Amino acid sequence: MAEYITRRVLQALLVLTVMTLLVFFGVNVIGNPVYIFASSECDQACLTAIIKDLGLDQPIWRQYLTFVGNMLQGDMGKSFTHGVPALHLIFERLPATLELAFAALVLALVIGLPMGVYAGLRPEGIGAKLIMSFSMVAFSLPVFWIGIIMILTFSVQLGWMPSVGRGDTVDLGFVETSLLTLDGLHHLAMPAFTLSLIMMAMVIRLARAGMREVMFTDYIKFARANGVTERRVLGVHALKNILIPIVTVLGMEFGGVIAFAVVIESIFSWPGVGKMLIDAIAVLDRPLIVAYLICVVFMFVTLNLLVDILYSLLDPRIRLGGGRA
Amino acid sequence: MSAVTTAPAAGSARDLTRRFLSNPGAVIALIVFVGFCIAGFGAPWIAPQNPYDLRQVDILDSLMPPGSESFTGMTYWLGTDGQGRDMLSAMLYGIRISLVVGLASGLLALAIGALVGLIAAYRRGWVDTVLMRIVDLQLSFPTILVALILLVILGRGVDKIIFALVVVQWAYFARTVRGVALVEGARDYVEAARGLRLGGMRILLGHILPNCLPTMLVVATMQMAMAISLEATLSFLGLGLPPTRPSLGLLIANGFDYLQSGRYWISVLPGLVLLAIIISVNLLGDRLRDVLNPRL
Repeated sequence: MAEYITRRVLQALLVLTVMTLLVFFGVNVIGNPVYIFASSECDQACLTAIIKDLGLDQPIWRQYLTFVGNMLQGDMGKSFTHGVPALHLIFERLPATLELAFAALVLALVIGLPMGVYAGLRPEGIGAKLIMSFSMVAFSLPVFWIGIIMILTFSVQLGWMPSVGRGDTVDLGFVETSLLTLDGLHHLAMPAFTLSLIMMAMVIRLARAGMREVMFTDYIKFARANGVTERRVLGVHALKNILIPIVTVLGMEFGGVIAFAVVIESIFSWPGVGKMLIDAIAVLDRPLIVAYLICVVFMFVTLNLLVDILYSLLDPRIRLGGGRA
Repeated sequence: MSAVTTAPAAGSARDLTRRFLSNPGAVIALIVFVGFCIAGFGAPWIAPQNPYDLRQVDILDSLMPPGSESFTGMTYWLGTDGQGRDMLSAMLYGIRISLVVGLASGLLALAIGALVGLIAAYRRGWVDTVLMRIVDLQLSFPTILVALILLVILGRGVDKIIFALVVVQWAYFARTVRGVALVEGARDYVEAARGLRLGGMRILLGHILPNCLPTMLVVATMQMAMAISLEATLSFLGLGLPPTRPSLGLLIANGFDYLQSGRYWISVLPGLVLLAIIISVNLLGDRLRDVLNPRL
């Protein structure tokens, strides 16, 4: 057990190292950020001063080592454009993104699960066909396009929903949230729904497949034979068993949702980290880009590691079988 | 379709074609897709104007609704965008770029992935383990995240977005092809070929590969739809293609700025075309899967 976890942790560290190398070297060969700071009257001496100030006169491997050294101490450099530590900016914006992702997750489950269960129970009905078509459309259409159509319909034409920004927030002391104000929820609804579509499609498929499998098992038959009400058979016995794969997939997808939030935040001008990334790319704010990418990769690798370790705890075949069943 | 005939228990090509065409939805999807291909690749000859030739574009004609007429008497059937470009022409050129990116990245990823999958399945042992570890790692990262990182680093360009799409797609092909090739490799005909002392390469490419083709075709179709959709998404973010080569995604992005003022056509029309392409490719893939019935 300890051996498996150690191996998995080492693997995750290796992936992280490779990703920091890729991201750092990649981002640091694009463009020349000096010109962002230099005014048009800037002469050679002034340019040199800026280069020295940004640490760009050092060889790139030394820049990388400095970067890693600082990163381990929680310092990812200062944003060129904002002049404050990049990590600080990310943590300031992250709650908005997490809130969006969390709301999307809840929506995907609340809407997707009943639809999938229904489609699994009556797979031949018209309702099931409609639900599966919806799932296919939500899965294959570009989500940004659905977002645009929602803005056009509900904001521009009908004027029901706000299309920009986050709305009122409540300060909970450690974090600000818009989940507790009506205006906040009003602003959150469209972006969260759009972001949830892909997850929702997945939940529908998994729930449907799970239901069709579970309903023919012996324990459901026996539960029915025992006179357990149909409501309880579905709501407790069946649901419990189809939830396992759904929770796993959603857990693994969460990193992807954070990454995908970049798209949604751009459309709805949601003030999260994704919008910040796109803005940072536009002005070549290297430290901010690097910090964002590394944070997301870190979050993602950690999440995967946790899922794997949890799984190995639950299922001994995985840790004994060397990872591949 | 001819290669498909070598698949065991799949029937003749004519038989397959007939079964494919027996579904009205698939036929409509095929017609729509072929229509867009002709429109896209024929854009330079069909389009009323070359939207990227500044001499043909008049800024005074900008933001005209569909059906308006220009000073020179030309009718903008689908309106004009913020720079006075004819939307119909811009969309035809956009279709062309979207299709080229989708096809090129899909085929390249297919070639690389199939090669990796075949080698892994044939060599087994540590080669298989190492290759599949890499595939697992690649698949564990969300496609949009990998594509984002690559495009931030590489910048804009048709070649760059194709590269990024190949990187996020090859692993799907590798895993699928390996799976099928493992099954095929255990069959009697491969054993027979080995008994005839045929070379490894010959067995791999001449015997196993043709039997993987139906599966590859289905996965390739689905992946192509995904590639077109992902390219549009990335271009919408301003990360994919340069403004000089606008795909459908970039056209939608350009129109997005005018959406709030009610000038819907700049964004919505290219979006509808994008939608039609993606749905038709998906339907084709679905039908191919039903007809070819690969072991996915």
